[in-house]
Amino acid sequence: MPSRRLSDLPHGAVATVLAVTAGDHGAEPSTLNRLGELGFLPGEQVQVLRRGPGGREPIAVQIGETLFALRLIEAQCVEISLP
Amino acid sequence: MTIEALATPLRIALVGNPNCGKTALFNLLTGARQKVANYAGVTVERKVGTTKLPNGRTVSIIDLPGAYSLTPATPDEQVTRDMVMGLRAGEAAPDAIVAVVDATNLPMNLRLVLELKRLGRPMIVSINMMDVARKRGLSIDVARLSAELGMPVVETVAVQSHGHAALLAQLERQASWPVPSQQVSQPSSHAELQPEVRRLLALAAPGAREFKRFNHRIDAVVMHPVWGLMLLAALLFLMFQAVFSWASVPMDAIEATMHALGKWVTTQMADGPLRSLLVDGVIAGAGGVLVFLPQILILFLFILILEDSGYLPRAAFLLDTLMGKVGLSGRAFIPLLSSFACAIPGIMAARTIPHWRDRLATIMIAPLMTCSARLPVYALLISVFVPARDVGWFNLQGLTLFGLYVAGVLSAMAVAWVLKHFRSGANYQPLMLELPPYRWPNLRNLAIGLRERAAIFLRRVGGIIFALTVLLWFLSSYPAAPEGAPGSPIQYSFAGQLGKALETVFAPIGFNWQISIALVPGLAAREVAVGALGTVYALSGSEDEVARSLHQVIGQTWSLATAYALIAWFVFAPQCLATLAVVRRETNSWRYPVLMAGYLFALAYAAAWVTFHVTTWLTG
Repeated sequence: MPSRRLSDLPHGAVATVLAVTAGDHGAEPSTLNRLGELGFLPGEQVQVLRRGPGGREPIAVQIGETLFALRLIEAQCVEISLP
Repeated sequence: MTIEALATPLRIALVGNPNCGKTALFNLLTGARQKVANYAGVTVERKVGTTKLPNGRTVSIIDLPGAYSLTPATPDEQVTRDMVMGLRAGEAAPDAIVAVVDATNLPMNLRLVLELKRLGRPMIVSINMMDVARKRGLSIDVARLSAELGMPVVETVAVQSHGHAALLAQLERQASWPVPSQQVSQPSSHAELQPEVRRLLALAAPGAREFKRFNHRIDAVVMHPVWGLMLLAALLFLMFQAVFSWASVPMDAIEATMHALGKWVTTQMADGPLRSLLVDGVIAGAGGVLVFLPQILILFLFILILEDSGYLPRAAFLLDTLMGKVGLSGRAFIPLLSSFACAIPGIMAARTIPHWRDRLATIMIAPLMTCSARLPVYALLISVFVPARDVGWFNLQGLTLFGLYVAGVLSAMAVAWVLKHFRSGANYQPLMLELPPYRWPNLRNLAIGLRERAAIFLRRVGGIIFALTVLLWFLSSYPAAPEGAPGSPIQYSFAGQLGKALETVFAPIGFNWQISIALVPGLAAREVAVGALGTVYALSGSEDEVARSLHQVIGQTWSLATAYALIAWFVFAPQCLATLAVVRRETNSWRYPVLMAGYLFALAYAAAWVTFHVTTWLTG
């Protein structure tokens, strides 16, 4: 089961959150903390629904029954596993 | 309960996630008994109102900004945390916390409930939007949830007129609430709370995790890269057209009433200073500003509907990349849209932006969004100098107004882009913006929002605008002209002398001394510029000129170049002391308000200069 990042998840695919970690861009601890508070917690299911105009970011992500707009900087902090 | 206990009001605070319907519940509980805030907008400060329990006890209710957790990420969440924990200077913690929970999103909302529970304070859980949950087949075992949480749990429907009955009944029994468990001082991470959330859901609402909140078919259009942007442009365009076309009937009615009132006072009173004060000062000045109430309310109606329906965060989603290019966050969209009403709530709403540099950039450009106080000035000048012709489906005046708003937005983007290059460190900040499910705007909320807005405007007209108008009337009337002096008497008054002095500064951009005078009281409130012109012209005219409206006077005495230059000036219009004071408070420094006033003045002067000379060249 390869570990990937939420920012790479294709549209429509459902994945499971493994962990929230500071990614390659060195996101601040407050960002990681906030992602947890928003529900990006291990074991939760996530799905990328669409991307903003331009096709890159922001991405609309559904976690549980909540929808968030994320930029790539925070999306790549979320490690996921595809089933 | 003893008489003393009944006499002391119970203080409760509403706490909940953003978008859980907390403000709707507050509106239902308090109705018209709200302390009208100075500036309406998204809740970024606490709001207070009162209600009465069936047993006669008064409850004072504090509505707090929505928060995801008690570890604040933004200044508005800080307000919420400080209030519930009793950390606000001079203000005790509330007697009880009402945790407002969205019934359709228990997995997320219960985490905050558990976090609040750890504070060990008296608490009720109010499960809101029960109607939606029930209609869509989600059952919540309230008794079980209450037993597991060890605190009262009630159901509420904030959009029904008796949807708060259970909450009121529970507040009456406040004395018998269970004694809260020992306070746990260690703040827990949300990951640690999650197993407990899952356990509670399995016991009390097994269907909650499968509940479908979203209508993805609507989002397929609204958030579409092409259709979504077109819809956004169409909505904004419709909003500005409506401000002009829908408001004309009530505006004409108010104007006719003011005119009749002025005539009636003139016939009833003997000529003298008091009559002049009433007719030239109060009715021509403050009355002239009152006319714009319908337009301001229409603008607000649109903003409130967009806000209530859940559309605004979608617009922020669509514009995020575009705004990122000039160094702003997509989150800046909501504060900037509020700034179309007034820059002050806009600047305060910038508190929802976590990163300081992003927030500062948003604050600095907020005054470039055309606020409703500039609407009277634009409306007056457009109605005089732009013909009311139809262009295709549209009205040329509405199009011009839309163009002015666009000019404001474009210059804001340009300023943000320049600011970006002065910033040190990373410009790229996280967004993390919730996109709530769509909801039908609730009529009660719209009515309360509009009432609040009307109250604020009328208070301004009756307060600062009235006072300034009277002051200006005095300065324009005294000292009186010497016997037999040529010209109109106002030229010899204090205001006339001041206007003449200022004219040397403003003559290069085409402003005459009457306009120069009007700009001075406009420093305190931009709308006063219109009232001031009304007073100045009413006093400077001969008897039959007074009978003519301000429209006719400026239409005959100003050149097109002067009118356009004044419009261009007001696109940037630095003169709003209240905005500068709020910038001082929100940034906690004098540096930014001084910088703001300086750059706005320079831009306004330059824009008016170019407009004046280009128009003179084209028409001359």
